[in-house]
Amino acid sequence: MSPALPLDDAGPYVAAAYLVFLALVVIYVAIMAAKLSRISREINELAELAARRDEQREADRETVPR
Amino acid sequence: MTHAKFSRGLVPLSVLSVVLLVGGFAMVFFYAPNEADQGFVQKIFYLHVPLAIVALCGFVAGGIYGIRFLRKGDRTDDLRSYVAIHISLILAIGALITGSIWAKASWGSWWVWDEPTLVSFLIVFLLYACYQPLRFSIEDPERQARYAAVFAIVGGAFVPLNFMAVRAADSLIHPRVLGTTGGAMPGSMRLTFLVCLAGMAALFITLNKYELTSKQATFALRSLRRRLAGDDDWVPVRRSAAPQL
Repeated sequence: MSPALPLDDAGPYVAAAYLVFLALVVIYVAIMAAKLSRISREINELAELAARRDEQREADRETVPR
Repeated sequence: MTHAKFSRGLVPLSVLSVVLLVGGFAMVFFYAPNEADQGFVQKIFYLHVPLAIVALCGFVAGGIYGIRFLRKGDRTDDLRSYVAIHISLILAIGALITGSIWAKASWGSWWVWDEPTLVSFLIVFLLYACYQPLRFSIEDPERQARYAAVFAIVGGAFVPLNFMAVRAADSLIHPRVLGTTGGAMPGSMRLTFLVCLAGMAALFITLNKYELTSKQATFALRSLRRRLAGDDDWVPVRRSAAPQL
């Protein structure tokens, strides 16, 4: 085994290792955020679809002769 | 489909993960002493080893869920197995990169091909890297789930066997930190390591729950869209490596 690196030389390696971990977590969170925004968009679409169906149902009810 | 509540306890678990990891990393730099041989660069140990241990345990967990799926036929277990392996792969990438950085700093080389610990971990990683392509190659969801479960069980059994084989082999330069003969860490280093390991385990469980919750929400939305849109507008689900509940 080679002798211990001085702090100045070892520092960048240690920083790089911890930054790699941070980057992995941040990338994962960013991907999850993108998925979450897609889910949110789909919920809005479904809400619009449900509102349109309700309007259609109301309109159908009004046209039925009593 | 079993409506398991994957999001239960997600907030306290997330907080616990952050507290343990931030606390553990603070202990690494402000509490644990520098190692006598390697000096400051040994601080990578507190990140690299928990990443590797939790990744390997996650692969085994994927196999256990695979067994449960084959026994009970509950598609939720297939989803749990898929997510456990997915998160473990991400942690394994972290273990490989941080290990490589540590190797460069300590041994002067990014990778040592005749070191059993390194090569065996790479083999396990490459084995599990085939998991998603395998799933994607099978169109029928039932067959996909069964074949993936068998793969997860065989892979999960391979992990401890591989670990024992490596322990039995003569190591060249990679240290045996958690063995009975070596790695007698002083109390402060051991405590720091255990906190980092607990933090990494908590992070694994948290990310698992996040992904399971996200997948469950996607499935619920898809089912709701089908019900609202009616059968005429129904669009079949596109081919995916992820389980379809």
